[in-house]
Amino acid sequence: MTWRSPLALVRDALRGQRAREKDLRNLASNLPYEGLDKAKQPNRYFLGNGIKTTKYTLLLFIPMNLFEQFHRLANIYFVGLAILNFVPVVNAFQPEVALIPICVIMCLAALKDGWEDFRRYQSDNKINNTLCFIYSRKEKQFMERRWKDVRVGDFVKVVYNEIVPADLLLLHTSDPNGVCHIDTSNLDGETNLKQRRAMSGLCVSDPEFEPESFNSVVVCEKPNNNLNHFKCYVEKPDKEKVGAGIQSLLLRGCTVKNTDHAVGFVVYAGHETKSMLNNNGPRYKRSKLERKLNINVIFCVILLLTMCLVGSVGHFLWLQKLPSVPPYLVPNSNGHLDSPSLSGFYMFFTMIILLQILIPISLYVSIELVKIGQIFFITNDIDLYNEETDSRVQCKTLNITEDLGQIEYIFSDKTGTLTENKMVFRRCSIMGTEYPHKENAIRLAVLEPESGEEVIFNQRPRPPHTGWSLHAEDTNSEDTGYDHDNQRKSKVTGNAQSNVAFSSPLETEVIPDRKLLQQISRPDRSDSGSRKTDPYLDFFLGLAICNTVVVSTATAQRQRESVFSSSGQTNNPLDSLSNLVKKSASTRHIFTSWKYKPKRSRTVSEDSVVEEDHFNTPVKIEGSGVTDGLQTCSLQASSQCDDPAATSDNLSYEAESPDEAALVYAAKAYGFILLARTPDSVTVRLPSGEDLVFEVLDTLTFDFNRKRMSILVRHPITKECVLYTKGADYAIMELLSTPYAEHLSGKQKNIAADTQHHLDCYAKEGLRTLCFTKKIVTDKVYESWTVNRQRALAAMDNREELVMDTAVQLETDLSLLGATGIEDRLQESVPETVVALREAGIQVWVLTGDKPETAVNIGYACRLLEEEDLVINMSCKNKLACTSILDCTLEEVRRYSEDPRNVDTRQDIALVIDGHTLTMALSSDLQDRFVDLAKRCRTVLCCRVTPLQKSRVVKVVREKLKVMTLAVGDGANDVNMIQAADIGIGISGQEGMQAVMASDFAISRFKHLKKLLLVHGHWCYTRLANMIIYFFYKNVAYVNLLFWYQFFCGFSANTMIDYWLMIFFNLFFTSVPPIMFGIMDKDVSAEMLLGVPELYRTGQGAGEYTFFTFWVSILDAFYQSLVCFFIPYLVYQDSDIDVFTFGTPLNTISLFTILLHLSIEIKAWTVVHWVVMLASVALYFIVTLAYSAMCVTCNPPSNPYWILQSQMADPMFYLLCTITTVVALLPRYTFHVLRNSIAPSPLVQARRLDRLDVSTRDEWMKEWRSFRGIGQVKRSRLSNPPSPTLGTPADIHPQSPTASDIMGDDLTLNVISENFQRPVHK
Amino acid sequence: MMASSYNAKEEDGNHPGAANHAGAGVVKSKKPDNTAFKQQRLPAWQPILTAGTVLPAFFVIGLIFIPIGIGLYVTSNNIKEFEIDYTGADINNPCYNCAKNFSWNSTTQCVCSVPFTLEQPFESNVFMYYGLSNFYQNHRRYVKSRDDSQLNGDRSALKSPSKECEPYRTSEGQPIAPCGAIANSLFNDTLELYHIDSNGSRNEIPLVKKGIAWWTDKHVKFRNPGGNDNLTVAFQGTSKPVNWRKPVFDLDPEDPDNNGFINEDFIVWMRTAALPTFRKLYRIIQKKSSTTPTLPSGKYVLNITYNYPVLSFDGRKRMILSTISWMGGKNPFLGIAYITVGSICFFLGVVLLIIHHKYDTRNNSADIPN
Repeated sequence: MTWRSPLALVRDALRGQRAREKDLRNLASNLPYEGLDKAKQPNRYFLGNGIKTTKYTLLLFIPMNLFEQFHRLANIYFVGLAILNFVPVVNAFQPEVALIPICVIMCLAALKDGWEDFRRYQSDNKINNTLCFIYSRKEKQFMERRWKDVRVGDFVKVVYNEIVPADLLLLHTSDPNGVCHIDTSNLDGETNLKQRRAMSGLCVSDPEFEPESFNSVVVCEKPNNNLNHFKCYVEKPDKEKVGAGIQSLLLRGCTVKNTDHAVGFVVYAGHETKSMLNNNGPRYKRSKLERKLNINVIFCVILLLTMCLVGSVGHFLWLQKLPSVPPYLVPNSNGHLDSPSLSGFYMFFTMIILLQILIPISLYVSIELVKIGQIFFITNDIDLYNEETDSRVQCKTLNITEDLGQIEYIFSDKTGTLTENKMVFRRCSIMGTEYPHKENAIRLAVLEPESGEEVIFNQRPRPPHTGWSLHAEDTNSEDTGYDHDNQRKSKVTGNAQSNVAFSSPLETEVIPDRKLLQQISRPDRSDSGSRKTDPYLDFFLGLAICNTVVVSTATAQRQRESVFSSSGQTNNPLDSLSNLVKKSASTRHIFTSWKYKPKRSRTVSEDSVVEEDHFNTPVKIEGSGVTDGLQTCSLQASSQCDDPAATSDNLSYEAESPDEAALVYAAKAYGFILLARTPDSVTVRLPSGEDLVFEVLDTLTFDFNRKRMSILVRHPITKECVLYTKGADYAIMELLSTPYAEHLSGKQKNIAADTQHHLDCYAKEGLRTLCFTKKIVTDKVYESWTVNRQRALAAMDNREELVMDTAVQLETDLSLLGATGIEDRLQESVPETVVALREAGIQVWVLTGDKPETAVNIGYACRLLEEEDLVINMSCKNKLACTSILDCTLEEVRRYSEDPRNVDTRQDIALVIDGHTLTMALSSDLQDRFVDLAKRCRTVLCCRVTPLQKSRVVKVVREKLKVMTLAVGDGANDVNMIQAADIGIGISGQEGMQAVMASDFAISRFKHLKKLLLVHGHWCYTRLANMIIYFFYKNVAYVNLLFWYQFFCGFSANTMIDYWLMIFFNLFFTSVPPIMFGIMDKDVSAEMLLGVPELYRTGQGAGEYTFFTFWVSILDAFYQSLVCFFIPYLVYQDSDIDVFTFGTPLNTISLFTILLHLSIEIKAWTVVHWVVMLASVALYFIVTLAYSAMCVTCNPPSNPYWILQSQMADPMFYLLCTITTVVALLPRYTFHVLRNSIAPSPLVQARRLDRLDVSTRDEWMKEWRSFRGIGQVKRSRLSNPPSPTLGTPADIHPQSPTASDIMGDDLTLNVISENFQRPVHK
Repeated sequence: MMASSYNAKEEDGNHPGAANHAGAGVVKSKKPDNTAFKQQRLPAWQPILTAGTVLPAFFVIGLIFIPIGIGLYVTSNNIKEFEIDYTGADINNPCYNCAKNFSWNSTTQCVCSVPFTLEQPFESNVFMYYGLSNFYQNHRRYVKSRDDSQLNGDRSALKSPSKECEPYRTSEGQPIAPCGAIANSLFNDTLELYHIDSNGSRNEIPLVKKGIAWWTDKHVKFRNPGGNDNLTVAFQGTSKPVNWRKPVFDLDPEDPDNNGFINEDFIVWMRTAALPTFRKLYRIIQKKSSTTPTLPSGKYVLNITYNYPVLSFDGRKRMILSTISWMGGKNPFLGIAYITVGSICFFLGVVLLIIHHKYDTRNNSADIPN
């Protein structure tokens, strides 16, 4: 390195700073500069790829860690006191000794931090030294380097199954179409493969990519943390700009899949990569209990100051009263005494030091330990474990466990949270004709009880399906038999991964509707003339191609779950061979090209597979020896069966959303098989067996604003540009032009209305609806639109809006093809969970993007709504109407609830409100009224809400009602809500991990919420609350002993207990029992808590930790300390007892009192409790005895030498300890006894029931519940919730909001109910 | 942290890439162990405090405490104690003059005699205490004002006592031995007890001055520098505490085992009292024969060499004669306390019995919570 002037260095640093801060970055290839020193590198200003996530360095660990720890107020307080102790005039103890407790605690914290940091350092090191390939000009090839050597501007090659080392702009892939698949599960947990496309036109010499020929400049935006967004353009030497977005970016941390290798240009490295920018570390939330705790700490401070003031004034008065200087008053070193007032002033500070542990020093540390223990138990709960996905409950935020016990409102998403989010195609309507798919419904009904939660893996060779036959019933029975079998197997193989979602036969198989089948297979339709315009054909083409489903063969799928399959079938030699090959391939990359042959052929198209079919069987086995036996097997099967549909059984679809997959499978059932998808083309096989390759001109992706997606293709036969659009009905209906195919006479003129009618029916049935439309775009329109589109895509600023505008431009004048109804089945035990939560006093709200009808239906299905409920349906178009509706509904509801006949019927009002109305209701002037109304409702369903509205609802309720809220959701659209609530719960389901990443707790099923809240929430809350109260008590009781002594030592801040023993008392003798109490105590058994959800109410609102309980325990502490001090005082007064001999029984008595006090509070004594308690007592005696035996002159002035020994030789000691402990605890004990006997709380009753044997207990529980909730009993007599079929409960809404919207009615208030005269059950 | 999240996933065995690397059969299920501990199902004893369950406890406590209390009370009552105040605050007191004309530095000793009568004979060994009131030996700075190393015979501490001893650390340039305020304020009255025979002659009662301190103090904690031989040499170069009349090695010139730091009067004083009114063992009057009482009833005279001032802090000085039992000196409190608490428990037991009949039976049979 050459010497450079410091000025130049500074200038360079400034320039680097500017370069990093600039909105746009110009990046050039590093290759021309290879080997030059750093100052000449073009990209030297940007960060390297080495990462450092450690907080500390070896040298700076101590100062930095101290700095960190002093952010805690408590630490500052205790260190401040320790320092105060060094001031001679006020010191109370030996200054060095006073430092011990705080040092111990801070050392423990520092050790923990240091260890964590070391782990981070190790993992950083491991990652930084991972190998990757960087192109080197000198060697003319990709060389193996470490990740940390990667710099911005390098060319990096990533091979199959490798993790991308930095954010790469994809320039080249092994795929001829320039496609690269990545798995982003490391980043967002989404397990489906994502396609990325290489930037075209930059690789100069195909097929061999030449990085050296890259002479363009990459201009990209400043690094940001948005994983789904990237803007950049490449400026070629001829000034042509080519735009690129996220679809060309390989993110650091992703894994390259299904692609042999990919080469990219490093745009961001190291900490500037998107994945690193997304790492914000664990979040810190402050729990409600902790907020209250802090208030009580302030009370303690006030108490402390008061006591110090008493001491200070007392000292002053005591000094004043002395007639002259007594011999026991020690003057200071220069021989004169301070004036009484000055001494009193000093005494104030001395007292603070003396009584400092009134503020519990170890409380914060103990709380942290307790929470770790509680989380350990939560995550280890086997009931919250999901076999299917092999996932436990995850606690992401570590310090709000007790909030789980105080929830009052739950806001739930619907799709994927209440429901499985496994979509099953149920019915469709084409051109205004409804096809109910009865056979399919029967099949589902048969399957349902068995296959409730099992995902069946499609990896086994499926018996060749005869596609669809007209003998649906026959296949049906066969089918179910097979499925049972399969299920059993998948159970045996055990831990499944949800990676291969949407592949259970339940979802993948659709039995075609006979009528519809006849319709499309009518002979006159098969001639190509009518095919062009056949709406049925178009409908199914729309189903098949209007999506972003990625096709993969069984082979590809197998690779993704090789572990799973091999564990299941280790006896297959071929299988293990293939695994061996895979292993070596992934580590050494030798066999890569050989190995991926079959897969590449898959991507190209079906053709190669068909080709293979022409080989004779033995040859084929050899040829595909790399692939495993299963593959071979299935190929054999297909060769036997001439039906082209059979080969397609190997196809599996990976979709971003499950409904897309469901639709593709539905199309497949009708013979429209999606065979392959590349960025530029879609291949579909028609029922006739011919393959159509559509050229994809553009894809207008789905977004929440448009609520639809479109795909623009060029029809291979007609060469027309066709736009297929699918979307939510309200997003589509207004864009319709004329009915489709006007030439088809007037009988179908009213398609839109008919379809709308069907849609409404579907919605009432609880189905998810989608509309399909088609539009033929003329070439001229297309061309002009393309220009706009390109411009929009290349734009740097607000590209999204522009792109969306172009999409909206094109999506007009659509012609309706039909609609589909997809069933999203409820997750298991959802109704039970909802009922239990409601019994627990929790209000459950559902916020969904679905139509009101769908939501209401789901509401009935999961028993959010009961048949006799009063349902208020709010939907209005303008604010004025909204205001008046709110007012009169509120009036109505008030009158209703004030009606003496309906004393406790507040619970039975349900509110259904749609997104539009919600926006108005949440405006600042209506907010209060809305909240007031909602408060009076048992259930609120918010329909068609946007993610932002969801979070707004949560925020408004949380702030206005001052309640504890919990939001649960599974998708990206729930993230806002999850973050807005006090507790966010993510359900790791089918829709990726965004919700889980944002959540505080992650569960895998909705039903887990029941145990998580009712059992763990309750336990955590009561445990922690009791522990904190106990902690305050403990410190006050102990410190007050010292305080009372001040009255007998002239308020001179003397102690009668050896300081070491005082420190040990808090640090060792009495610290473990409360922590164990906080982790392990169990007031009521889990069965009881689940059986009687009402017990949860004890935690809501104030719960056990209130001002009352706090002050009661403080008063008790005062009483106990008085007893513990004054009984020994009276016993020893006017005797020859010395200071520390007097202190020893006091210390022993407080130990017993404090531990026995805890024993009264402990509700369940396990072995651990006994061991900890006895060990604490034993430790006290052992340590104190050893200390008194060894310390002759070690700790002046206390000199504990032989004190405890001599005391223990004195029978008085035991008599004194016994009576004092009894007197101290008698009131609390008696109080507990009286309360439990005279007015037992529900918890005590539950505990009593707990002791009964199981059958009696169940009987009691039933009786209890029936006594409380008459409604439930009535309900539970109905064996199952009302089946969501057409024409049942949903009918109580004669006027659907949608309908009213269409009619332009701006006021819809439906207070409908059959039940102002509700059934009498009192 | 990206880094740690890689790590975590790899550990979980769920990382797709890692899974492929790892090959077959290594997937570890994340299924929690179904153990009683982890599932919080450890067998537990779950007591519920209700009247029914705790009734016996109350009665048992009552039944145990009351006899103990009676025993203690009787024992305490059997202890004979005699106390006489000789402060001299009152003009009728024989020591009034001594108390009045006191100064620490006076060279002449003031002697006064207090006559008293024992109504009852003291049978067993009699312990003779001096008692001080309103003397805050437990004042924080007073308690600290000593050097235990010095008292333990440490030579370096002898020459340079601890800073805690200030301002009684050095005197006239020499270190004070023993240093500190406690030693400086050593109780230095001399008490002598005479029995007045029926014929009027005074018989001095022999007072044993050894065995009044804790054995461990005398033999472990307190040691003379350089052993017990020739204390004058050992304490050379040190100065006596300012209030003392004679140096430490002259505390008991007759008995080398009771001289210097191991002088028992000194050791007793150095064990600072816990409360401002206290007594300290001064002498023991040993029982001579089993037939005659140690102190027969009759007239006695207490001769006091009045050295110790207490009026400056409103203090009182007493001489106490007491026999002791296994429970120490006379203290009726503990006995009364036991009897009281025992009675209360018994009473509570009765109350609970009533409550139990009224409520618990209902709870157990027809319990419908409301």
